[in-house]
Amino acid sequence: MRKLLVVVFLAVILVILVVAVIEMPTIGDPANVTNNEVPQRYLEDSLHETGALNVVASIITDYRAFDTLGEATVLFVALAAAISNLKAH
Amino acid sequence: MEDVIVRYISRMLLPFVQLYGLYVILNGHLSPGGGFSGGAIIGASMILYALSFNLEEGTKKLSHKTSTILESSGVLLYAGMGLLSILLGTNFLGNKVAGIPIGTPGNLFSSGAIMIITFGVGIKVASTMITLFYSLIEGEEGHEDVHH
Repeated sequence: MRKLLVVVFLAVILVILVVAVIEMPTIGDPANVTNNEVPQRYLEDSLHETGALNVVASIITDYRAFDTLGEATVLFVALAAAISNLKAH
Repeated sequence: MEDVIVRYISRMLLPFVQLYGLYVILNGHLSPGGGFSGGAIIGASMILYALSFNLEEGTKKLSHKTSTILESSGVLLYAGMGLLSILLGTNFLGNKVAGIPIGTPGNLFSSGAIMIITFGVGIKVASTMITLFYSLIEGEEGHEDVHH
């Protein structure tokens, strides 16, 4: 009974995931919703606005620097959790 | 464990690995790379040193306390750049709008806050890897002492 329940549950998840993959836009299609003015602006204006040749660096440390600060904080919290667990013994 | 070959090779390799990590961090705004990848390279070099020798030799080069302080100062440098932009009168983490000098694009010292932020992230990632490694190894050794 339990095994049957697990199989039914996994099948439902499989159907949901497959439907999600089918709904996904095709890679490289110019009509995708992500091909809007945002990446266009990054590619054209990032050199004047940030002075960095590396567009990825200008996005992660200038346009979206707050997000990267959160990433650094995640590392800090992970280390704090690991140390507090290890030093507790 | 005494392994002459591993120790000799890792000692020869170490300065080149660390120099390459520093290059990846400092050229983060010019070429592929940046704080996360460069910091991982530097952290891996210290882990290699501590693995091929032992923990005492590794902590002699970079003590546990120093790496913990570096770990926090990386984030503080990052957040400090953001607060500096507020003091200069714009948004948190503003770069050109805050009036931080951009310099000539393509030079090593250009792009204002991006270079400093990348350096802070590099310090942070490297010292996180080293501190985590030291903590895990020390926890292991502490456990062995308890069992003995």
